[in-house]
Formats: sequence, structure tokens, C-alpha cells
Amino acid sequence: MAHDYARPGRVRPAPENFLSGEDIAAINEGGRRDFLRKAFVAASAALAAPAVARAQSAGDPAILELPPWSTSLGLPVASNPYGMPSKFERGLVRRESPGLTRVGGSSVAFTPLQGLFGIITPSGLHFERHHQGWHDIDPSRHRLMINGLVASEAVYTMDDLMRLPAVSKIHFIECGANTGMEWGNVAVPTVQYSHGMLSCSEFTGVPLKLILDMCGADYTKGRFILAEGADGSSMTRTIPMEMVESGEVLVAYGMNGEMLRPENGYPLRLVVPGVQGVSWVKWLRRIEVGDQPWATKDEAVHYIDLMPDGLHRQYTSIQEVKSVITSPSGGQILLDQGFHNITGMAWSGRGKITRVDVSTDGGINWREARLETPVLSKAVTRFNLDWVWDGKSAILQSRATDDSGHIQASYGRLRAVRGTRSIYHNNAIQSWKVAESGEVSNVQIL
Amino acid sequence: MSRFSEVLMGILLVGTAGTATAFDRYPGLGRLATPAEVRAWDIDVRPDFKGLPQGSGNVDDGMTLWEAKCASCHGIFGESNEVFTPLVGGTRADDVESGRVAALIDNSFPQRSTFMKVATVSTLFDYIKRAMPWTEPKSLSDDEVYALLAYLLNLAEVVPADFVLSHENIAEVQTRMPNRNGMTTDHGMWPGASAAAGGIGNGGTPDVNGDACMSNCKTEVVVASALPEYAQDAHGNLAEQNRPVGPVRGVSTGEPADAGAAAPGSEAAELAALAAAKGCMACHGLTHKIVGPGFNEVQARYKDQADGEAYLTGKVKSGGQGVWGAVPMPPQAHLADDEARRIVQWVLSGAQAQ
Repeated sequence: MAHDYARPGRVRPAPENFLSGEDIAAINEGGRRDFLRKAFVAASAALAAPAVARAQSAGDPAILELPPWSTSLGLPVASNPYGMPSKFERGLVRRESPGLTRVGGSSVAFTPLQGLFGIITPSGLHFERHHQGWHDIDPSRHRLMINGLVASEAVYTMDDLMRLPAVSKIHFIECGANTGMEWGNVAVPTVQYSHGMLSCSEFTGVPLKLILDMCGADYTKGRFILAEGADGSSMTRTIPMEMVESGEVLVAYGMNGEMLRPENGYPLRLVVPGVQGVSWVKWLRRIEVGDQPWATKDEAVHYIDLMPDGLHRQYTSIQEVKSVITSPSGGQILLDQGFHNITGMAWSGRGKITRVDVSTDGGINWREARLETPVLSKAVTRFNLDWVWDGKSAILQSRATDDSGHIQASYGRLRAVRGTRSIYHNNAIQSWKVAESGEVSNVQIL
Repeated sequence: MSRFSEVLMGILLVGTAGTATAFDRYPGLGRLATPAEVRAWDIDVRPDFKGLPQGSGNVDDGMTLWEAKCASCHGIFGESNEVFTPLVGGTRADDVESGRVAALIDNSFPQRSTFMKVATVSTLFDYIKRAMPWTEPKSLSDDEVYALLAYLLNLAEVVPADFVLSHENIAEVQTRMPNRNGMTTDHGMWPGASAAAGGIGNGGTPDVNGDACMSNCKTEVVVASALPEYAQDAHGNLAEQNRPVGPVRGVSTGEPADAGAAAPGSEAAELAALAAAKGCMACHGLTHKIVGPGFNEVQARYKDQADGEAYLTGKVKSGGQGVWGAVPMPPQAHLADDEARRIVQWVLSGAQAQ
């Protein structure tokens, strides 16, 4: 086995790294895209003569010729007081989907899932969705008010809230409209745009139950709460008191070991595990306890799911069981035949992921993937599966099951009930087609 | 207010309000809200009109306000699809009778306007009051909200042109909302109690479930949809959106990504950020028309005009209509004179993002 990694399946240098004069001419004449396609045809033809042949002489220049980082002094500590990713990682950033919205203050920036590992989303890559722009709020001037069906209507400062007993929990947050562009047909090229309104973080804060207890909430009459933000839109959503009583709804200030980022609600946001992101009200300023739902704009005009019979489903909140392969995925190109690790993410708003199955033949046959730890309730679970690509066309799919027994369904099954106009809550099985060229593209299998 | 005085105030209020038990468990944390504080923030209006302030407004006044404050984004008749999705359109007289929007059933209208969807008139009052206008949320008086809502209801043919909307008759308007019977809560995606137990929906039972089949699950694989050719290049160069090492590369597509974020610290970057923060970019593109002209068009027209800078600075502050089309530009009173002048200078110098 010691020699196997030198055979097909090892990572070859990208074509850009070994341009010949002919290649450079090809770029200048035909443009980069044509060049890349041609380069891979050439590379495929060269498979029988593996990389060893190119480096046949004394060995790899990357080893034989010492690089500057081995022969010079590096930078001192605290050169970057707040560390940033390597400059070589600059492609992996939040991006908008062109044409999706026309106003940046009411738009979406998607997380680059194609490059992430494990289950935690780096805070700087957490997806963004704002309803009327974002602000960097002075925490000393931020207040949380509790009112409505409580014995004592109250106000808390950040100082107050951060002195209360805290808990830390890892949960996913997914926009209800994630994958919404794909209800009717394939519309976007990569997993960043198809599934990137998904992030998973460790949140730290105070159970809302504790605060409502302090205020003497009327849990008999007050079966609903309204959460309201401090931004211009003062975003509001109705949340069931049952979830608050379970202790899982948090008034959170911490995310991944530091304070929330401004784009994610600094200094305070609601955490509503398993429920779509719009209910995780950012810049949280007020909780009202009431005896009826509120039918706010984002539960009466938006975030309502249009069914085939022309009725809209209102107060749809749970993000149902879902998974997606993040690599290989749309817009990528496999460098070689041979071994590949298929990796992806699975999550359910109803609880823990118990199983993920992966198909490489478009759903005829499935194999059970390995679930990496930790496997947590209402959190992203990372899965992996060994795969040897034989160079033929393949269609990759993943299918998750949660501990309520709910199994992720195909597009055909989902559309049979919900049609194609729902916008929200598309949790269909995602398919990625691998062409013989190695190019991966977004397709839908019913 | 200092923490110490807040504590004092809390003690004072506890004494006067007579609810002394609330904060015993974590002494010193939190305090009672004053009635004025609750009034200032508790602005929500429910479907049963709990929270609705008293007041009134008529269609004519609403139209005047609309054209000054709303039409630039939503269009003169609330029909615009330029900046936001349309507010008005797609409903018929029959819908007002039935409470179901027929176009949602027969799919006969290309968009889904707000009035096609919204079932509760309270939602509109609540949202206009808390969030509009776009760049000056919460600046409207209650009577102004009534007037604007009266105008919208008239555009949607729910109320006549001489209508005066008020807290006294809004419940009657509710009985004419075109999609008032168009909502269902019969689903399994409410995370609380079922409708039978005082909550919403079926208690959490999913409506769709997949198969657990592992082998020979079907005989053929049909690709029902693939990325259309026109969309191949629509998201920039995917090669630049993937890691330069690892098992895969991004496919090279589209044009190379644009120059990207403005160089931090440059004056142009600062002014681009200012223009964005002040809401200019909601209606003007750097190089294209949105509702108003692109900044490149403004530059082309005024760059050689001697008093162009002063003229445009005045226009930004006072608003205008007719030079670029019928949609008015509202006055940007929230801009300081110096901010308006610097943004105009930036536009006239080519509105570079960096």
C-alpha cells in the first residue's frame, strides 16, 4: 500500500502550474475556459504515464529547490492581531447570487460550503441575510425588553444578560428559502448558491425560559412569543412557547468562542434550534408574550409556502431532514480517476442525524456513509464515504435520515405534494453529475 | 444612565409598582420597564388589531405621501418590480368576494404581489409603521400610516377612492382582503403544540417521506433538469471560488471576477461605503440604471457642466422628478450637506468603488 498514493488518485498539480508555450498560446487565443477544458483532455490522455514520469530525473523541484519559507525569516507574532485565512484561501468567501435580489440591504450572501470541513462554519463565512441592512450596534446602548403576558415587564442590559447563567450549544441555522431557487429546475451552478444559506456554530447565551421565569410569564395564557429586532426593519416572528419551555431557545451573545459578528446580530440574537433562520431574530431588542400568533410580514407575506391548490402554508418553521454532498460538487472538476473522498453535510430540525446513504449511480444503489462525531441534535453532521472513480459518468446523491425516522425525499416525491412554487423548505435529494471529463454539474433526478 | 442609577430606578419602580418578586432569583439583574418604555417599543399590531393605534387617513393624502416617500422604490401604482417585488396587481374583483386569489390557483399572473398573498390587513399596518420608508424606518406618524395603507387598499381595489381608513373601520376592510381565506396552517412544520392542543398545525407529522431502499431501487435514471447554458457563466469564474489545492478545482467559467472589494482606506472606497450606507445604491447602480439613473449616466450628463456639483448637491437634498423619467427621487434630508457634496463629487469623478 505504501506506493499506492503515487498511482492515479493522488493530487496532480493543476494545469495552470505547468503551462507550456503552447498552453499559453491556447489561453491567449481561446480564452481560459477553452484552455481548461483542453488541458483536462490532455491530462486524461496522460493518465497512463503518471506524474512520476514528469518528475523522473532527480525528483520534485518542490523538494529539491528549497523555497523562500525554508530559507528566510518569517513574520513576528501579532503581525495580524486578528488572524485571517491564508491569501491562498481568498476564493472561499461569502458571495451573492447575481440577479437574485436587487437591493443589497435586503439580500443574501451564501456560505462557501464547497470548501468547508467538519461541522463548524467559520464566523466570517456565516451566511448573511438582512431585511433592511445591518449595523454594528454599540452593546452598551443595547437593551432587551420583555413585555406582554408577564407579571413584570422588564428591561435587561447586555451587562445583565452576560452575568446570568450561560449555556453553549452547537446548532445549524438554515434560511427557510435555502435551495429555494431550485424548486422548479436547476438554476445555480454550485453548492454555495444551492445550499449556502446554511451555517453551524456554537452559540452561547441564556435560555429564554430563565428570563421569562424571572419576569413571571403567564405560561397558561401565553402560548406564543414575538421576537423583535433592533434594526430598521425591526424584524418580527412568532415562536411557540413549547420551544421556549423546553429550554432550547437561547438569547445568545456568543458565537464560536467570541461575540456574535455584527452581520449575525451583534450583540444579541435569538437562537431557535431546528427552526428556519428568519426566526433567529438578530439584534434582538424585545420579546413579547402573547396568546395568539402575530402574522408579521415575514410570516404573512414572505416565508409562506405556496401549495399547488393556491393556498399558502403559514407558520412553517421546522427545517426538515436534509443533506448535500459538498465535494465533489457542482462547478468543480475532479483532477484524476481513482480514489476520492465523498464528503458532505446532513442536518435536521427535528433532532439528530442517524444515517446518511450515498449513491454514485443516480439513486439505483446506495451505500451507508460514515458519520463523523460529534452527532448533535439540530446540528450539522459531517459524513464521508470512500469512492473510487472509474472515469465514467456518475451521479452523486446523498440521503439523510433523522432520529424521528424522517427520510430525505427525492424531487419527484417532494413535488408530488408541494408542487414547484413553494420557494421555501426545499429539502430534496441533491444530485451532482460527474462527466467523463471530471467536470461536476448540478442536475435534478426525480 | 449609569448602572447605579438604573438599579436605583429598579428599586424605586419595584416599590411603586408593587411587583417585588420578579428579580429575586438573580438580584441586581434586570429592572422593571417604565410604561413609556413599553409604549416606545411595543408597536406590533396583531390580526385581532391588538396594538393598533387610534387614527385615520384618506386615499388622497395617502397618494401624496406615496409619491413623495414610496413611489421611487415601489412605483407610482405600487406595481413596480424594479427594486422590490410588486405590492399591487394580480387580484380581481371576484377575489374580494371570495377571499381567495384566483391567480394563485390558475397561475395566471407572472408575479406574486403582496396583495395576492397577504391575508391580514394588520400585517400591512404593522410593517409600514415599523419598517418604512426604506431609508427612514419608523418616521411615519400613525395617521400617515393609515393614509398610505388607504391608498394601497384603493390601488388594490379593496376600498373606493373616497375612503377614509381608521381604527374604527379597519376590521371591515379585513372582510374584503382578497386573499383572506388563502392561508392554511394544516402542516407539520410548526414546532409547537398542534392546533388541537391550542397551537398550530398537525403536531409535526411530515407530509413527504423518502425511501430507505438500498439496492436496485429503480431501473433507469432520468435527468429531469440540468444547468441551462445561459446560467453557466452567471456566477462568475467558479475556478476562483474553489481552493487551489485538494482533490478538485473549480471549473473555469465566465469572466474573471471583478476587481472585488475596494481597497480599504481609499477615499473612493470610503465614499462608496457612504453612498451604500445612505441608501443611494438602492436606486442607483454604479454602471446601470436601477430605479434612478446609473451613476455613470449622471456623470456623463453633468461632468462638464460648470455648476454641476452645486446643482446635483441641491437635487440630492431636495429631490426631483422629470429629468430622468416619471419616478421621482425623494429628498435625501438625512444626508448632511457635506455628505451630499462629497457623494456628488465622487459620482462626477466616475463613482469608482475603490
